[in-house]
Amino acid sequence: MTQVTQELTTASDVRREVSAWIEQNFDRGISLREWLVRLADSGWATPTWPTQWWGKGLSSDLAAVAFDEFRKVRAPGPPAGLGRMLAGPTIIAHGSDEQKKKFVHAILVGDDAWCQLFSEPGAGSDLASLQTRAELDGDEYVVNGQKVWTSGAIGADLGMLLARTDVDVPKHRGISYFAFEMDQPGVEVRPLKQITGDAMFAEVFFTDARVPAANVIGEINGGWGVAMTTLMNERVGLGAGSALGFATSVPAGRRVKQQLEQSLGEFIDAGRSGAPASSSASAGAMVGRGVESLIGLSKQLGRGDDANVRQQLARLWTLSNINTWNGMRAKAAAKAGKGLGPEASLGKLMVSHITRLWRDTAMTVTGPSGVLAGKDGPLDGNVARQFLFAPAPSIYGGSDQVQRNIIGERVLGLPKDPDVSRDVAFRDLKVGTQSRGQSPTTEGS
Amino acid sequence: MEWTLTEEQEELRRSVRRFFEQKSTSADVRRLMQTDDGYDPAVWSQMAEQLGLQGLALPEEHGGSGFSFVEQAIVLEEMGRSLLCAPYFGSVVLAGTALVESGDDSAQKELLPGIADGTTIASLALAESDGKGDADATTVTARRTNDGYSLSGTKHFVLDGHIANVLLVVARADGGPSLFAVDATASGVQRRLLETIDMTRKLALIELNDAPARLIGAEGDATKIVTRTLQRAAVALAAEQVGAAQRCLDMSVDYAKLRVQFGRPIGSFQAIKHKCADMLLEVESARSAVHYAAWAIAEDTEEVPLVSSVAKAYCSDAFTSAAAENIQIHGGIGFTWEHDAHLYYRRSKSSELLFGTPTEHRDAVAGLLLAAEGK
Repeated sequence: MTQVTQELTTASDVRREVSAWIEQNFDRGISLREWLVRLADSGWATPTWPTQWWGKGLSSDLAAVAFDEFRKVRAPGPPAGLGRMLAGPTIIAHGSDEQKKKFVHAILVGDDAWCQLFSEPGAGSDLASLQTRAELDGDEYVVNGQKVWTSGAIGADLGMLLARTDVDVPKHRGISYFAFEMDQPGVEVRPLKQITGDAMFAEVFFTDARVPAANVIGEINGGWGVAMTTLMNERVGLGAGSALGFATSVPAGRRVKQQLEQSLGEFIDAGRSGAPASSSASAGAMVGRGVESLIGLSKQLGRGDDANVRQQLARLWTLSNINTWNGMRAKAAAKAGKGLGPEASLGKLMVSHITRLWRDTAMTVTGPSGVLAGKDGPLDGNVARQFLFAPAPSIYGGSDQVQRNIIGERVLGLPKDPDVSRDVAFRDLKVGTQSRGQSPTTEGS
Repeated sequence: MEWTLTEEQEELRRSVRRFFEQKSTSADVRRLMQTDDGYDPAVWSQMAEQLGLQGLALPEEHGGSGFSFVEQAIVLEEMGRSLLCAPYFGSVVLAGTALVESGDDSAQKELLPGIADGTTIASLALAESDGKGDADATTVTARRTNDGYSLSGTKHFVLDGHIANVLLVVARADGGPSLFAVDATASGVQRRLLETIDMTRKLALIELNDAPARLIGAEGDATKIVTRTLQRAAVALAAEQVGAAQRCLDMSVDYAKLRVQFGRPIGSFQAIKHKCADMLLEVESARSAVHYAAWAIAEDTEEVPLVSSVAKAYCSDAFTSAAAENIQIHGGIGFTWEHDAHLYYRRSKSSELLFGTPTEHRDAVAGLLLAAEGK
């Protein structure tokens, strides 16, 4: 596991330490997998994680210095999927030591790819009303139900599964969080085609699927609190500041195991990177770089004198940069011990605004040619793609409305909207496909 | 640049806020806004003597304390928060900055110490009937006389111009648009206080008929002086807007927690909660814009023209929206004269329209972006 090193407190310490480490360990001849093992075991794969769990305990500022060094040699980082973004931090926060050893290391070295099995057809913003059941049978739970909007379900080895383990208590208190094996007969994954025509998501159906009781993360029926950690990491990841990191990442999971056998040098020369970190990857990239492309397009189309175009470009530049500045202020405040928490919702909300503004600005610039897509479309079809994608960021990872509730309640301290279902036993609620009076207690009466 | 305030800067904010919480209460603002002078000379002196606010960011060699624009912005934010009624913006921010930017050592020596200790109230007479601060378009004429110049023409929208002792006037001389100092009590100077929507910010109309004047800097310098002064004024006003918008948010949130309808505080309704959340996002974003722009000015970077316009455009919209939403969240009580919401509503519009509207500033931003890209 992690070597014991001196505490790193300054940027120059970090720079020196990383470059010495690279000198020793960056060998183009070793396999990609071996490279990931070295990165993970040294703590440099995820330097902001705690030192005893594959991290260096660094602030994000100092971690950025480390990533800077790795980028100089074009070193790829660990897989950038939901395992590293969500499952790892959640298991480190709530899992047993056994579970951390079993699951987290496998994420960092590319053995396991993860997906997030949270949302259901009847449980979106009101996630706690989820209906997927997990019932104890010996030392295993038997899972039945359905999940939806599951990014990367195809190709995932494990899922962060929220399932109901007690229907006799109020909805938040009967949920458990499982590390769930996807490759088994009781699991069916169906791609879900979205507005863009792609299938980033899937539906996942469970029919008597099984998960060991030992795979419960946190307490049984204590899954809601565990899920909050996952969602918090998701909000931060989808908002500002997630761009920090290695230049590229490697693919992950058992299905692509073969690819990890190639040499580090081969991988770098091929200039390949793994799959985008999440559904937000393309939007995130756009938030950072999109203004310049539209300024260029305006000039190319001779639209730079149009008053509306000018207003829109200025608004877009302003929001994009302010989002960056907000992120820098929040980070500096966190570093000064003033804490980062629900403020992450500000960044997520801002990304929704920027995404819509990019779409509207692009269409103002293009005029009629905005109807053209693919190779016929402006910016090689990117205007059309972003137009179709734009509704997504304000829905996924907690809709804009949910973010506003979080900001209102946890930042501004406004009272919660009374939830009439909050203190009612789950079995007596009308949720999803379950109606009041249909639940097991009253059936047949 | 630094992304957080230092302990000293936080302390400055605390002491300025404490001062205005005592000296610029709602009752004070309401009393002063109904007077022609529009300020309390005793408080004005205390601001200078106890806190050194007028001289805070003016050069040390001319009686100031030499702090940077970052500290200046903190003070302005607090003034905006408390709707301070005083000629600070006209005298210190506009006239003081114009003098500093003029590079005219003797004029600085003569005028800045008085501005810094509050004994001189100066004002910048720049805009004319169209309200725009375009020095090149001035129609006021400067004619050479035996012992200086003589100015004729009309200046409009002159902030704090009715009570100023010294008017800095942009006028056209033979060498182009130039900056002049005019004794406000001299013959040939007529001033009229204008009726405006925002009684907390006094504007004057100034007519000059062969008013004696003294050149500041050289003939033709006004364009450069005014450009740099207006960039700084834009961020200064944006800082005021942040403080005032934050106050609107605070008022809204406090009220939403107290006011009960349908058996629950109205802040528990998403219709109200979401308005407050949006206000917070805009206020925090406005604060970031001012923070970045203030640092750009403090370090005099190339980005000042761009980010000063970004700050003024964004903060204007944020404050205008916060002030209007504050009234909406308060409902009927927010529409009464007794409630302070209208004072911020009035201030938000005057701040938005003065020294470049958001639309004008965004157009300037676009011009810079389109010119820079692909260079």
